[in-house]
Amino acid sequence: MKTTLTVNAREYDVDNDPRRTLLDTLRDDLGLPGTKKGCDHGQCGACTVLLNGERVNSCLCLTAMHDGDEITTIEGIGSPDKLSALQEAFVKHDGYQCGYCTPGQIMSATAMLKEISDGAPSYVSDDLQTASLSDAEMAERMSGNLCRCSAYPLIREAIAMASEVKK
Amino acid sequence: MKDHFTMDAPQPRLLDEMKQGVIGTPMDRPDGPQKVSGTAGYAADHTTENMVHGVLVRATITRGRVRQIDKSSVEAIDGVIDVITDARMIRNPAQGMAGSAPVQPGDAVHYHGQPIAVVVAETFEAARDAAQRLAVHYETEEAAVTPETSTDVETGEPETAGDFEAAWSGSEVTVDKTYTTGAHAAAAMEPHAAIAEWKDGAVTLRSALQMVRFNKKELADTLGIDPSNVRILAPFIGGGFGSKLGLGPEAAAAAIAAEKLGRPVRVVMTRQNVFDTVLRRSETSQRVRFGATKAGKITAIAHDDRVSNIDGEGFAEPVTQASQFLYGADGLSFTQTLARIATTPAGSVRAPGEAVGMLAFEAALDELAEKLGIDPVQLRLDNLPETHPMDGRPYSARRLADCLKDGAERFGWADRGAPGSRREGDWQIGMGVASAARANMLIKSSSRVRLTGNRAIVETDMTDIGTGTYAILAQIAAEALGLDPSHVEVRLGDSDLPGASGSGGSFGANSAGSATFLAAKKIRARIAEALGCAEDSLTLQNGLARGDNREAALTDLVTEEFLEEATVKAGKTSESHFSSGFGAHFAEVAVHEWTGEVRVRRMLGVMSMGRILNEKTARSQAIGGMIWGIGSALTEEMQSDPRDGHVVTRDLANYHVPAHADVPGQMQVVFLEERDDYANPIQTKGIGELGISGAGGAILNAIAHATGRRVYDYPATPDRVLAALDA
Ligand code: FES
Ligand code: FES
Repeated sequence: MKTTLTVNAREYDVDNDPRRTLLDTLRDDLGLPGTKKGCDHGQCGACTVLLNGERVNSCLCLTAMHDGDEITTIEGIGSPDKLSALQEAFVKHDGYQCGYCTPGQIMSATAMLKEISDGAPSYVSDDLQTASLSDAEMAERMSGNLCRCSAYPLIREAIAMASEVKK
Repeated sequence: MKDHFTMDAPQPRLLDEMKQGVIGTPMDRPDGPQKVSGTAGYAADHTTENMVHGVLVRATITRGRVRQIDKSSVEAIDGVIDVITDARMIRNPAQGMAGSAPVQPGDAVHYHGQPIAVVVAETFEAARDAAQRLAVHYETEEAAVTPETSTDVETGEPETAGDFEAAWSGSEVTVDKTYTTGAHAAAAMEPHAAIAEWKDGAVTLRSALQMVRFNKKELADTLGIDPSNVRILAPFIGGGFGSKLGLGPEAAAAAIAAEKLGRPVRVVMTRQNVFDTVLRRSETSQRVRFGATKAGKITAIAHDDRVSNIDGEGFAEPVTQASQFLYGADGLSFTQTLARIATTPAGSVRAPGEAVGMLAFEAALDELAEKLGIDPVQLRLDNLPETHPMDGRPYSARRLADCLKDGAERFGWADRGAPGSRREGDWQIGMGVASAARANMLIKSSSRVRLTGNRAIVETDMTDIGTGTYAILAQIAAEALGLDPSHVEVRLGDSDLPGASGSGGSFGANSAGSATFLAAKKIRARIAEALGCAEDSLTLQNGLARGDNREAALTDLVTEEFLEEATVKAGKTSESHFSSGFGAHFAEVAVHEWTGEVRVRRMLGVMSMGRILNEKTARSQAIGGMIWGIGSALTEEMQSDPRDGHVVTRDLANYHVPAHADVPGQMQVVFLEERDDYANPIQTKGIGELGISGAGGAILNAIAHATGRRVYDYPATPDRVLAALDA
C-alpha cells in the first residue's frame, strides 16, 4: 500500500504490506527505532507517538490507514545535544532505568500535559471544568505506559518539574 | 598487564581517602540523553539492509514429539523463505551463569509453548502469519502440569541448626501457617530479541543479555563452535530482572537461521513467547512455624517449601534463603520439596528466594507478634542473632536494628493504633512492617582502564540493564584518577572486552566496580612513579597529580596511554564473614471493605547496603524493587491451565505488573551510611534486589493491620481479600 506520512515534519512515501503497523514502519522502514515495541497489542504504551497531535499506541495503527497524517516520534522531540524540557527532566530525576519504556513515557507525557492544559478531565478529576496537575492526575493519565523498572514516582516527578519549567 | 586480586582480607577504605568527591553523588546517568531521545540502541533496533525476520513457532501440546512439520502449509505465503528446525535449537533460556547450552530437545516437546521451529520471511508480517498457520503434527504423551498432580516429587534433606523439634515442642507460643504464592514473570519491557550475522565462520549476535561472558560460551556450545568465533553485543538492555541472564531460544534461532540462509536474521519474541518460554519464578507453597517464649524470645523457626520446575533444570527457587539468617532461635529447620512439572521452565526472577519467601516468613512473624501482644518492630529487634544462626559466621556489616528503628521513627509507627481501628469512610487503613535482607556476593570480574592525559576509558563486558553501570563505573574511575566523570567513557556489553560478572544477583556493581577500581589503582601507581612520589602520598584531583611536594597535570604526565587491567574474585572473607544487605520496609494501605481493593498509600524503605556509589541510581533501584513488592503482594500471578499447563496470562493485559496508578507518589527511600570492608575493595553491597525483599511482606502485614484479617494466598487480589474479610 502506498502511503504518504509526515513524520517529525518530514514527508515520507512508503509502500507497505497492508498489515504493517505504524510502529514497524517507523522502526524498520523509516529508520526511527526510538519508538519501542513492548507488546504489539496496545497493552504497554512503549510505542506511544503523537498522531496529529494526540497520543496513540502506534502498534495499534495500521500504516495504510494514515495517509496524509502527521506523526511525531521521540526523535522529533529532541536529540541528545538538544533535549526538550521534559527529556531533560527525565535525566535529572532519573525517570527511567533501562530506558526502554522511556520514549513512550515522554511522548505520552507530552500529550498529557497538553490534555490537562486544554482542560480535559480524567476519572480522578474532582472538577470536570478545571483539570489540575496533581500526582493523582498524572498517575491516572499515565497508566497506559507501563514501566517494569518501576520508575513511576520519578517519572511523575520529572513531568511535574518539566511542567513547572514551562510555566 | 593482568592482575588477580582475591578478597582474602578486609580492605582499607581507599575510596574515602580519594579527593575527586564524585563517589556516592547523585550524578545523572551519562547514558541518559540517549535513553530519553530514543537513540540508545537496543538489540532489535539495529536493522540492516538484507536482514530477514524470524518468528518462533510454539508447541501446542504439553508433552510428546513433533512428528511432522508441514512446510507446504505456509509455502504459498508471499515472502516466506524457510521454516527451520534444528537439533541445536534450545528449549528455554539458559539458567544464570550456566556457560553451556540449555536442553536441546530435538523433536521432543517438553511443555506447551516451547519453541519448536522458526519461520523466516522477508517481512515480519509474513513470518508472523506463517508461524501461526504452520501445520504441525504431534505424538502426544501424558504429563503432570501442576505440583499437586506431579508424580516426580523430591524432598531434600532438611537444613538445620540446633534441635528444632525440641525447641518447637518446648515453645510457649506458636504460629504454624501455610501460604501460597503465584508464579511470577519478570516481564521486562523489552521482549527478548536477537539479530545474528555470520562472517567467515564467526557469528556476531546482538541480543538482550545480562551476562555476556557466560552468554558467549552458551551460544558457542549451542552451535557447536569455538567461543572465539562468537561475539556478543549488548550495550543497552531493556530490563532484565533475571530473565535475560542466559542465552534465549530467540538468539539460538537467529544464529542458526542466519547461518543457514547466509543473511542477517532478527528474531524478536512476541510478548506471548516471552510468557510461554522465558524462565518464570516458581509458584510456592510454604509452611512457616515460629515458636517463642511468652516474653517474646523466638525459640524455634521452621520454613518448609514446595516449588516446581521442569525436568532437566537444576534451578529450584531458594525460598528460605533469608529465613536462614534474619532471626535467631534455639532450633531452625528448612526443607525444600521440588515437584517436576511439564510447564514453562522456572529460573531466577529478581531476588529469587527472598521475593516470595519473605512474603510468608515476615507475615508469619507478624502473626507471632500479634499473638504475643508485642509490637512487630520490637519483636524483630529483640530477636536479631549475634552471628549467622546456621553456621555461626559473624555478619560483616549489619544495621538492621538501625533500619527498623529509624524507619519506625520516620514513618510515624508509634501512631499505628490497634488492628482494624482506623477507617476513612469505606476504607480501612493500616500500617505494616517487614525486614529486608538479601545476601551479598562478589563474582569474578575483569575490567580495563585506559588513561591518556585527563581522559579515561573503562572497558568491560559488564552490562547495564537499567541499574546504572555506565554511571557508577565512570564515577569509580573518575574518583580513583581524579577526573571529572564526563572525562570518563564507559564501554560495556561487548564480549571482546574483559569478562565481568554480568548483571545478576545484585553483584554487578560489587564485582565490575571492584575490578574497575583495581585497574584504576594500578594506573595510580604508574602516575605516582611518573611523578616521582610514593603511591600512598599521591593525590589526584581535577586532572592534577600531587605528592611529596611535586605537582603535575595529567595532560603533561600521561602523554602516552596508561593501560591496566585487573581481575577481582571472592576469597577467604566470604568464608569468614557473612555479608548481606539489610533494611526495613514500612507500608500504609487502605482496604476497601466492600470491594476488597487494596491501595498502597505510601511506603518507606530504610536500607543499609554498604557504600552507595550513586545516590540517584541506587534510589531508583530501591524504589523499583519496592514497587515489585507491590506487584507480588497485590497483583502479579502467572496462571496456567491445570489441564495442559499452557500459560493463560500470557500478555500484559492478563499478567498485572503495577502501573502508574498502583504506585503512590510517596515512595521514600533512606540509605543508612555503611561500609562493608569484608565484601570487596570498594565496600559496596548489592542494591537491585534488596528493595523487593520484604517489601510485599510489609504490604500484606498492613492489610492485616487495617482489617484484622489475614490473607494466606498471594497475591492478595480483591476476591481473596473479600474472602478473608468474610471469614
Ligand atoms: S507496543 Fe504498543 S502498546 Fe505495547
Ligand atoms: S525504564 Fe525500564 S521499563 Fe521503564
